[in-house]
Amino acid sequence: MSSFVKNIIRFALFIAVQVFVLHQVPPLHKFIVPYLYFLYIIWLPFNTSRGALMFIAFIFGMTLDYFLKFPGLHAAPCVLIAYVRPFIVNMLIRQEGADQNYASPSATSMGWAPYATLVVILTILHNGYLVFLEWMQFGSFFFFLGKVAATTGVSLLLIMITELLFFRKEKFRTNTA
Amino acid sequence: MRNIFLFIRRFSNFLFFLVLQIFALYFLFRYNKFHEAAFMGVAGELTGKVSERYNTVEYYFNLKKTNEALVSENLALRKMLKQNYESPDTSQRFIIDSVKIDSVTVAQRYKYFDSKVVGNFVSEQNNYFTIHRGQNQGIEKDWGVISPTGIAGRIVNVGPNYSVVMSALNRQFKVNSMLKNSGEKGSVQWDGENPQYMLMKDVPKSAKVAKGDSVITSNLSDIYPAGIMVGTIAEVIDDKSSNFFMLKLKTSTNFYNLQYVTVIQDLQKEEKLRVEKAIKKVQ
Repeated sequence: MSSFVKNIIRFALFIAVQVFVLHQVPPLHKFIVPYLYFLYIIWLPFNTSRGALMFIAFIFGMTLDYFLKFPGLHAAPCVLIAYVRPFIVNMLIRQEGADQNYASPSATSMGWAPYATLVVILTILHNGYLVFLEWMQFGSFFFFLGKVAATTGVSLLLIMITELLFFRKEKFRTNTA
Repeated sequence: MRNIFLFIRRFSNFLFFLVLQIFALYFLFRYNKFHEAAFMGVAGELTGKVSERYNTVEYYFNLKKTNEALVSENLALRKMLKQNYESPDTSQRFIIDSVKIDSVTVAQRYKYFDSKVVGNFVSEQNNYFTIHRGQNQGIEKDWGVISPTGIAGRIVNVGPNYSVVMSALNRQFKVNSMLKNSGEKGSVQWDGENPQYMLMKDVPKSAKVAKGDSVITSNLSDIYPAGIMVGTIAEVIDDKSSNFFMLKLKTSTNFYNLQYVTVIQDLQKEEKLRVEKAIKKVQ
């Protein structure tokens, strides 16, 4: 299956899971909102250009927003993590040229520790910015801190489960066939 | 000139990032104020259709509770019927004399439309739900929405066949209500904590309040008729520094399994607004 088709299917699946599964779970506490959907942006291939990455993230975020009837709230954090992702990937990549030898960021292509760092940084950025936008309209600083901490914890847990359940084997590609 | 192009080329990614951010934030803040967003009509139709598919499954699991709510509403309405009252004295007759039978529309103030809920969310701070009825079926913006057991929300965006309703579980939603027993007024709002509780503010301490008392919409409410259930008092928070009670209400509507709602049209709303506007102009 080509990477293009695969990513289109993933797009639909991530939105569907976020809207019809995670957002249907009765809320445990006001700080806990399970966000998983932005994992799609982390999983996009290495060779996506930065402009395309941001554009896809914008469309992806807006799609979720139109389902939840709140345009812009999730699109802005998605664009932010899409903009930041290449910087962090370049910083964390283990050996020279791993971003050319492998298709997309994962535990096998980057190594467990660098990949976990990437996921943690992007999750904190995404949730921090998202809650910041909410905090600007209402809420106290305590709301901001508590919600960022709680949503990040839940997001990381969900991402870990997803990574374990859907383990992606990345093929090593060389041009010296 | 050359330098400008070089600058744009060099920072094209950053500029594109800024443009997308500005777009997103513009959408967000504009929507917060006016509840209008670009493509909301088209997007609403599409997401509505998808949500409706999902709802056919979800609805099945909520059938029992939906049924119970509708039966209890029916029972409450049946209790109001004239036939319930029968006097042994046959010379006595019950007559409803406040409504002109042959020209009901003259006295009628509220009109009701039934509607199916598709796509309902409670986990955000600002919640909205979609109903399957829109412009083509005669719905307009700013009409009230109630569930079989109490208030549910207000229409904020209307598409051809689907409308977006601001749920009562929204930080921007406010409804003027009163205590059923004594009639003291106050405003009810959601504080974002728990979808089962709302807060009622500005109730004077002279009011007699007790746990379990009913709170209903007041006649000052812009969108609801007076007397629609809002909730029951779950906790009285006595703020020593002010002259007002803060009441924690248990919402009468169960927002977790909202399936059918009624949309309310106020036929005299325009006149009311016009008169109020005229006063403001004079002042």
